Amino acid sequence: MTASAPRPAAGPDVAPLGRMLWAQTWSELRIRWRIPAFSLTIVALPVLFFTFFGLPYATQTLPDGTSLGAYLLASFAAYSVGSVMVFGFGIGVATERGLKVDVLMRATPLPPYIAILAKVLNALAYALLSLVILIGYGIVVGGIRQDLTVWLDMIARLLAGSVPFIALGFAIGYLCGPNVAPAVANLVYLPLSFASGLFMPLSQLPGFVRGIAPYLPAYHYGQLGWSALGANTERLPVSLAWLTGYTLLFLAIAVRAYRQEESRKFG
Amino acid sequence: MLGPNGAGKTTSISLMLGLRQPTAGRARLFGLPPTDRRARSRCGVMLQESGTTSVLTVREIVDVFRTYYPAPLPAERALSMAGLTEQAGARVGTLSGGQRQRLYFALAICGDPDILFLDEPTVGMDVEARRAFTASIHTLSGTGKTIVFTTHYLREAEELARRIIVIDRGAVIADASPQELKARVPGKKITLVAGRPFAPGELDGLPARVLYVVGERASLLSNEPAAVLRELFRRGVDMVDLEVTGADLEEAFLALTRRSEDAA
Repeated sequence: MTASAPRPAAGPDVAPLGRMLWAQTWSELRIRWRIPAFSLTIVALPVLFFTFFGLPYATQTLPDGTSLGAYLLASFAAYSVGSVMVFGFGIGVATERGLKVDVLMRATPLPPYIAILAKVLNALAYALLSLVILIGYGIVVGGIRQDLTVWLDMIARLLAGSVPFIALGFAIGYLCGPNVAPAVANLVYLPLSFASGLFMPLSQLPGFVRGIAPYLPAYHYGQLGWSALGANTERLPVSLAWLTGYTLLFLAIAVRAYRQEESRKFG
Repeated sequence: MLGPNGAGKTTSISLMLGLRQPTAGRARLFGLPPTDRRARSRCGVMLQESGTTSVLTVREIVDVFRTYYPAPLPAERALSMAGLTEQAGARVGTLSGGQRQRLYFALAICGDPDILFLDEPTVGMDVEARRAFTASIHTLSGTGKTIVFTTHYLREAEELARRIIVIDRGAVIADASPQELKARVPGKKITLVAGRPFAPGELDGLPARVLYVVGERASLLSNEPAAVLRELFRRGVDMVDLEVTGADLEEAFLALTRRSEDAA
């Protein structure tokens, strides 16, 4: 019987972190998958939006020769990854706080950075799934053709650049309760995507929206997707600087909200 | 750790686990800060007002928790000790309150910890679950585990504990075995029924602590029951019924908390 066996003197003091990370990530994947509100939304909504706002123009080309279909696919790909991050982290963290999962986890040997890393890996996996489905849909149904390397480049750029939306998700998750978080995430993310030209090209949006877009994170995130097609209108280092700045801002808000809750809950 | 609500039991556990920072002094577990991963790897905890995700199954969540510990128990063993074998495939969200409490117990023991911290572990458990829990506690302590638990059920402390720390309003008012605790406080309880209702103040000045007087019934705590009875006969109290028994922990506890109230 294991319970009666004395702990071997040479045995490890702590469990291997890799095993913890794997188990934690796998359980996060299953948790998300079993919440249809999440799994369906992140897979179906981008495809649905692209069907309405992208497919009708799939065969047109922009003045610089870029395929409008591919451009819009990149826009909705950016929207899709951002939504996985903002909704996944925002609603996920708020729900866990509501269930008080964090109270018990703080007392286990699981290091908090492993728990966060598992959430990030889980979100990246769902973002990748969402991208593959969306781009596959664009290729098969929309007949949009690009080299495979272009698509892979676009996926890599969007996944790598998604950090500010992870930070925004954390900020919403720690600021809002479980009932409020979905509404706040929608109220923040949908107008943000729209005003950043992710739903339709900026040239078709009102003048004042075009004026504020260059100050928004989703606008510069969209540039990452468009840059894979050579259709970015901002220089890449400029966009990366904006995205870094927003990451720091959202993280600061998230950390502040986290600390406030810590001091309230655990004194 | 025994005490009424608001005594500081949960706060004490939180300090021992590093979930709260002490304003003065320091907490050490196995000679390490309680937040150290090596210390945490040797503790199992069951906290009040904590939760788990609701969409995983019992077995899945136990398996995840097992990976946090260097030498976990087999999942089947943790589940059977918690009495959850039949619910292994059920989603956490479908469990009853008592079953959920058993799940938290399974999560606390699945890492085969050297020390268990259980904060009000039997709250919400039904009679059956409580019996299984008591058996598991005896099994665990028999294999050399240290178990720290809080309760305001006096009977529970008496049945399960070898050492009882009574706390009230943040201060330790007793730290002893159940037997010592009894020896230190009025050891006998005198319950009597008189032929007529007691007059106010009629029981004053006896070498005893009055627990209650209701009409012709009274209950007293004393270390000198014979002296009390002599004095009652001398005063001419006519007794219809009389019982002298050993005081149980509840009464010992009452006497201890009253003393701290008197001092305050």
